Amino acid sequence: MAAKYSLDRVGARPPLSHYLKEVWRRRDFIFSLAKFRIQSENERNRLGMLWVLLRPIFSALIYGLVFGLVLGSMRPEGFVPYVIIGVFLLEFFNSSMNGGAKSIISNSALVQSLPFPRLVLPVSTVLQNLLNFVPTLALMIILTMLWGARPEFSWFLLIPLVLIFWVFNQGVALIFARLTVHLRDLSQLVPYISRMIFYTSGVFFDPATVLDKYPAIAAVYDWHPLYEVLAIARGILLPEYEIPVDFWWKHAIWAVVILCIGIVFFWKAEERYGRDD
Amino acid sequence: MAETIEHRTYDGNRPEDGQPVVIVDDLYVDFKTLATGKRLTPGSAKGLLQRGRELRTVHALKGVSFTAYANESIGIIGTNGSGKSTLMRTITGLTPPTKGAVYAKSRPNLLGVGAALMSDLSGSRNIILGGLAMGMTREEIESKYDEIVEFTGLGDFIDMPMRTYSSGMSARLKFGIATAKEHEILIVDEALSVGDRDFQKRSEARIRGIREKAGTVFLVSHSMRSIRDTCNRTIWIEKGELLADGDTDAVVKEYEQHK
Repeated sequence: MAAKYSLDRVGARPPLSHYLKEVWRRRDFIFSLAKFRIQSENERNRLGMLWVLLRPIFSALIYGLVFGLVLGSMRPEGFVPYVIIGVFLLEFFNSSMNGGAKSIISNSALVQSLPFPRLVLPVSTVLQNLLNFVPTLALMIILTMLWGARPEFSWFLLIPLVLIFWVFNQGVALIFARLTVHLRDLSQLVPYISRMIFYTSGVFFDPATVLDKYPAIAAVYDWHPLYEVLAIARGILLPEYEIPVDFWWKHAIWAVVILCIGIVFFWKAEERYGRDD
Repeated sequence: MAETIEHRTYDGNRPEDGQPVVIVDDLYVDFKTLATGKRLTPGSAKGLLQRGRELRTVHALKGVSFTAYANESIGIIGTNGSGKSTLMRTITGLTPPTKGAVYAKSRPNLLGVGAALMSDLSGSRNIILGGLAMGMTREEIESKYDEIVEFTGLGDFIDMPMRTYSSGMSARLKFGIATAKEHEILIVDEALSVGDRDFQKRSEARIRGIREKAGTVFLVSHSMRSIRDTCNRTIWIEKGELLADGDTDAVVKEYEQHK
């Protein structure tokens, strides 16, 4: 009878192409949700938007001091801007991964009361982090200039770098958005995972020099997606470093693959979100 | 999500009277919850130390079936915990059924938008956000904006953060936003009991207006007066089972005698 009157099953997961079209139709919602969340967060703190800049400054200070002392002569060249670039760029990754992991489970009331493609939530979370990242990026450029970097035309390469990085972060956020729905306890582990990635991605040390004697490991390490981003950014901004050209396509492959996996993986469980068991 | 479905109906292909728009087919909904707490049973010495943490299954709906036709207004009655709200949430697709299925002409909408709003933002921003969350376009929201503000009667408060509102004020705002969208199949869950008497009258009028525009309305209420006023058919649910389904007067009479 349902078929005769062309009724469809309610809550059925639509095919991927329809699903993505519907997400695109909600782009205004995605953007407003991101913008309003930033405004709402700024309302809550007296310093408002300034915290977006203060957070990475504080972590750069602490990590820079501690590891600057520990590493001693092992410090990579131009240590201060080196650490600043690492910490500031990873702030975008960390906030996207943590935000993505919480995007469904901390919005369960919304998911349970209104029908819309759930992909909207992690996408808007990462967009929110991107919008927060823009002033961070500007501050990062200013700080590297204070330590001797001079503007060059090639600095515009930061724009495609951030765009590819965004795609990568979105993919990671989508994967974690679904994982935490199945394994709620995982959200407790996410900070440790992101810290592990943080320490291995070469924020304070240069994997290229550390692994100089082990070319096999170094070749594998070149596929570390975040090390790639940091190395490219340092190559662009710091006169002491060259842009590793192969890292561009390596990171682009990462970004596209992770995003595709993320979208399909997230969409597969569309009917599962908002359920309590 | 419901794009293809919505488009089909928004093209002006309005279902005619007597055509089924929602089919609920042998619906079962179970909830599994982790029941926690100390289980103190007399005679058990280790009672205090034993923490019971077992999976309990609650059967919220046990095989409910009915068909709703275009332009009907259907009242849903039953005592607290009888499964009314679960049924409505399953019809909207927000709670997936354990067994059985719901088929619908277009995605039924639950009148509720509160979860999408942010308390730190002003009422006017929340109108935009709530409208977008319900799937309205920016143009639609802008064209309805003044009407919503006037309906809520918030006046200058509309530019203040929502956390400064009284509970009545925020309820009015939520109701105003939720009713701004045109729904084809609408579910109202005891929304009539919002606000003071003046506002109740206005909201009842608004519901009637929506009902005229919408094809089919489900009204969940404990107030037999509003069920009688608005519904021509009533379904009575008790303990997850459908007890009666038919003409409002007959079913309500039976329900009141049962009490």
